[in-house]
Amino acid sequence: MNDRSMRTPLGRARGLGSAKEGVDHWWMQRLTAVAQVPLMIWFVIALTGISGADHPSVIAWLEQPHVAVLTILLVFSLYYHAKLGLQVVIEDYISSESRKVIVLTAVKFALILFGTATVFSVLKIAFGG
Amino acid sequence: MAEFSLPSNSKVKKGTTYPAAEGAKRVKTFKIYRYDPDTGDNPRMDSYEIDLDSCGPMVLDSLMKIKNEVDSTLTFRRSCREGICGSCAMNIDGTNTLACLKPIEDVDGEVHIYPLPHRPVVKDLVPDVTQLYAQLASVEPWLKSKTPPPPDSERLQSPEERAKIDGLWECVLCFCCSTSCPSYWWNGDRYLGPAILLQAYRWIADSRDEMTGERLDELEDPFRLYRCHTIMNCTKTCPKGLNPAKAISEIKKLMVERR
Repeated sequence: MNDRSMRTPLGRARGLGSAKEGVDHWWMQRLTAVAQVPLMIWFVIALTGISGADHPSVIAWLEQPHVAVLTILLVFSLYYHAKLGLQVVIEDYISSESRKVIVLTAVKFALILFGTATVFSVLKIAFGG
Repeated sequence: MAEFSLPSNSKVKKGTTYPAAEGAKRVKTFKIYRYDPDTGDNPRMDSYEIDLDSCGPMVLDSLMKIKNEVDSTLTFRRSCREGICGSCAMNIDGTNTLACLKPIEDVDGEVHIYPLPHRPVVKDLVPDVTQLYAQLASVEPWLKSKTPPPPDSERLQSPEERAKIDGLWECVLCFCCSTSCPSYWWNGDRYLGPAILLQAYRWIADSRDEMTGERLDELEDPFRLYRCHTIMNCTKTCPKGLNPAKAISEIKKLMVERR
């Protein structure tokens, strides 16, 4: 806030007005969190089942349609949730508007890149690439 | 970035000690934040040793005793001395509360008193709450209705509808909650904070008000409403025992319900 501004306090408080959004962000953060509960429980149990297995048997495990589908859902909701959560953290702590936009964009691009790469890897194995 | 350390001219220094009167038996030390904008000096912590045998039971009583008998330059807001006006909100023993409702005997050892956190300080224990009053005005905290009031009677409300604003109307706007909220500390210029959101919900929950949708429109914003991360400091600190965090979650529920 510019302390030398002569704008009225009410003018500052009203600011640029309401963005009329935020409810979807909030709701999706909850839904992806709820989705993580069964998916993560399944994933951890499944991983303990194949712990110590050799490479071909892990590939054979991941090739099964239900395993591939659940893994993709896990990855998707995880990255989606991470995107929403990191966005909130960045908005909370970075007040410079320009720096905020740069960091938000970089984080979003990175998460989309990693998410897409992970999903692609699972699909490649699932379709016997 | 959010600032986590005080600027050099806000660093708190050691101040003066005012010893208790001779023969005092029950002495309690009050360490009080002092800042005088006219001198340009850094803030300091002055120590006042007070004989509790000649002092009232509440922290506000000790402040008035200090001002009347020890150091008349000590500055603080107070009016009703019974938790209704909300003037004497300050940080006592690490918690925002009303000095008039805080018994001295509830504090072990020295009593540390600071102004409400993360507000500009006008002087000593007087914070600048201009922004909070402006934010309150921005949510238009009055009954708004398209239907004109009945010409010869009041607007009706069932006992059940009236019960919905219990726990909301009691707020005295002391701003203990908003100034205890880290989210409000970092983004108070855009986030409305618990006190204002509770006030906004007080009108959203009022069955006589017809502008519920418009009120929700004004609140639906990543900063105005959704900077609340359910930290719950607001509810923990409220000297009136109200639950601003619940009011905020009710607003969030209505936002989802009307999608």
